[in-house]
Amino acid sequence: MMQEPRLIEVRKNVLKQNDHIARALREQFRNAGVFVVSLVSSPGSGKTAFLEKILTILREHYRVAALVGDLATENDALRLARSHAPVRQITTGTLCHLEAAMVQRSLDEWDLNQLDFLFIENVGNLVCPSSYDLGENLRLVLLSVTEGEDKPLKYPTIFNSADVAIFTKTDLAEAVEFDASAALANIQAVRPGMDVFSISAKTGAGMPQFLEFLAARLAEMREAVAF
Amino acid sequence: MHELSIAMSIVDLAQQEAEQRGVRINAVHLKLGALSGIVKESLIASYEMASFDTPLKQSRLVIEEVPVVIFCLVCKVECELSTIQMFCCSQCGAPSSEIVRGRELEVTALEVQS
Repeated sequence: MMQEPRLIEVRKNVLKQNDHIARALREQFRNAGVFVVSLVSSPGSGKTAFLEKILTILREHYRVAALVGDLATENDALRLARSHAPVRQITTGTLCHLEAAMVQRSLDEWDLNQLDFLFIENVGNLVCPSSYDLGENLRLVLLSVTEGEDKPLKYPTIFNSADVAIFTKTDLAEAVEFDASAALANIQAVRPGMDVFSISAKTGAGMPQFLEFLAARLAEMREAVAF
Repeated sequence: MHELSIAMSIVDLAQQEAEQRGVRINAVHLKLGALSGIVKESLIASYEMASFDTPLKQSRLVIEEVPVVIFCLVCKVECELSTIQMFCCSQCGAPSSEIVRGRELEVTALEVQS
């Protein structure tokens, strides 16, 4: 005779495998003294242009490298290679986000001890990447001025999962009548206290402030490791 | 969009538990936080696909939605948010990023038969 159904408690995090790898990566990055920054945004918000500019400038003073996720093409990696920083492509096929295991595999044979900054460009998508920890120290969410001020309200989860927001393509702000104070208010609504930078990769406006911020965070992390 | 891969992880996880315990699963109970980045309806549909052709084929996915709870640093109390578009204390209106609950994506229990 069939027994009555019964409930047994399990309590298992569904993403435990990803979180486990992400923790190992974070530890590995910490031990190597490399500061890892990931970038998330919708497609076309200027992640690659922003990253190309950052790699080019940072390379003068720091050892930098980048991993770039893309569904199908290697175009972004080719563009970023123009910065002369080491760049690796992660082609995700049809997968809409990067996972920690992909980052781990892509790091094979890279000597992290030889790096100051590692950038990870996620697949252009404001939904799925929010669930996956990649072991990064800092997650940037980019919002181009052409996208509209209400993006944070439409995608609160990803804005909440990020540490810093960046308005990109600010050279176009006037043409598209971007209301920066409305966008800022929306960001503060979904993620109170979030740092926000305004940048134009084209003109370089706002870049020094952001680079200063990154340098300070790297120094902070190394100091913490030394103690 | 990534609900199918999440659903496959849930099926794998439940199946491992079932094999270890030598039981048959009728239902999987899941806690789903409002900040998990997962859509409930889409996850339920994906679960049907993911469990097809597995011993969990006839099983159900029972989802308990968990609202976001923040801690208000002014009032020193926990406060449940009615929307994830406004991280403010419902009492005093102070903004807070101190998240107490709402990121859950956790299998909490299995309804089983021996």
